[in-house]
Amino acid sequence: MSFSPNIVGFACQWCTYAGADLAGNLRCKYPPTVKLIKVPCSGRVKPEYVLQALAQGADGVLVGGCHFGDCHYKDGNYKTKNRMDLLSKLIADMGFDPRRLRLEWISGAEGQKFAKVITEFTEELIALGPNPLKKEEELINE
Amino acid sequence: MSEKLKVGFLLLGGCAGCEMAVVDLSEKLVDALAHLEVVFWAPTVADVKYHDLEAMDDGYIDVAFIDGMIRLDEHIHMAKVMRKKAKTLIAFGVCAALGGTAGMGSLHTKEELFSKAFKNTTTTDNPDNVYPSPHCLVDGKYDLTLPAYEDKVRTLNQIVDVDYYIGGCPPHHSHVEVAIGALVTKQLPPKGSWITNGKAVCDVCKRNPTRNGNGGRIMVDKVLRMVDGIPDDNVCLLQQGYLCFGPITQGDCGGSCLNVNIPCRGCGGPIPGNEDYGAQALTSIASILGSEDATASLMEKYPNLAKFFYRYALPSGTLPRKM
Ligand code: SF4
Ligand code: SF4
Ligand code: SF4
Ligand code: FES
Repeated sequence: MSFSPNIVGFACQWCTYAGADLAGNLRCKYPPTVKLIKVPCSGRVKPEYVLQALAQGADGVLVGGCHFGDCHYKDGNYKTKNRMDLLSKLIADMGFDPRRLRLEWISGAEGQKFAKVITEFTEELIALGPNPLKKEEELINE
Repeated sequence: MSEKLKVGFLLLGGCAGCEMAVVDLSEKLVDALAHLEVVFWAPTVADVKYHDLEAMDDGYIDVAFIDGMIRLDEHIHMAKVMRKKAKTLIAFGVCAALGGTAGMGSLHTKEELFSKAFKNTTTTDNPDNVYPSPHCLVDGKYDLTLPAYEDKVRTLNQIVDVDYYIGGCPPHHSHVEVAIGALVTKQLPPKGSWITNGKAVCDVCKRNPTRNGNGGRIMVDKVLRMVDGIPDDNVCLLQQGYLCFGPITQGDCGGSCLNVNIPCRGCGGPIPGNEDYGAQALTSIASILGSEDATASLMEKYPNLAKFFYRYALPSGTLPRKM
């Protein structure tokens, strides 16, 4: 069977989450690979959440926030940017391809962009293959 | 006088520095021995063997201290034996509690570690590439064994139930004194807790900016390492761009590192409410980076962030080893 990646998406309620809604209303086509979790602001996404998602077998993690200047809490997304920059290096040091973590700014008006990001990310993850942890588990179970 | 508390010490994958911290109690240890009877202390101090511990009745030891992490099958076995023999089990020091510096070994393969230790160091002469192995037959008749190497470092509570945790690498002797006092007088927190004064390192640090009327949000444009200069020893290191983990670390050491002008790296263990030390350290440090340049300079200066943020805590992390 072909591999369909499992993406955990943390979406800011003011922008990316609304963008995903709009993508639906516009009937944009994108693969059914993402499970969105609504967060009050991208700044609410602790690195622990991303690590937890990877530890539990997610193939990719998307963090979606408001464009700079648009964060409802002023600088939440600046903090997100710092954190995610460090975090993608950290997961690389832990042996994960850093492309498994993706940070995107998607506003509530950007339904098309949401669909495009999910499509691209899915393709990228198909190329990368499953989360290496899952491979290990399969080896152990065999 | 009430009966003495029977205590035992067991060193697993550690350096015995934690046990030195007990010895460092010096004359206070002599006082404490009025209340304590050491019934087991191996493999370091007492002339006892593992089978002496195995021969004890279950629950014979009142309080057992285990220092060091778990890397060998022998560690796993002895941790389980000690758990059975002890009414109360303490993960003593950050190796036992969170994995310690040796926990960073889980970022490397066994081959990397063995070739470094037994082959590639300049002082090693090993032309036949002999590595330790669990079994070895000598002269065709002596079947010798060594403990087997596990695939990763584990914390004590990944093997057995732990009643209390004491941080530090090693725990500061003044904190050991407080902890032993708490054990003798039975004034202990709920099981599963850290024995701690409950304060962060910043709270006990003389540089704390709020104490010096110099508080407010910290934002830096440039990150420095200790090789880049000598920090002002009255000013908070974070304010100077030296990355310090004081805000998220238990301060039972009294801020020892800050007293000698070096930043906290987290050996005291996480302040309560934090499940993943390294992730919390990342969050804390990310919050003071004032520009992309600052983030870039951090990543340039600290080439391995897993080793930086999880200096003492990798095996306890959400991702406890390298893939
Ligand atoms: S915590 Fe530090 S002092 Fe204690 S055994 Fe580990 S490395 Fe040694
Ligand atoms: S960050 Fe470090 S230097 Fe600053 S107050 Fe806290 S412990 Fe002291
Ligand atoms: S300042 Fe931090 S690293 Fe230094 S002894 Fe205290 S807890 Fe450990
Ligand atoms: S409110 Fe959307 S990123 Fe902060």
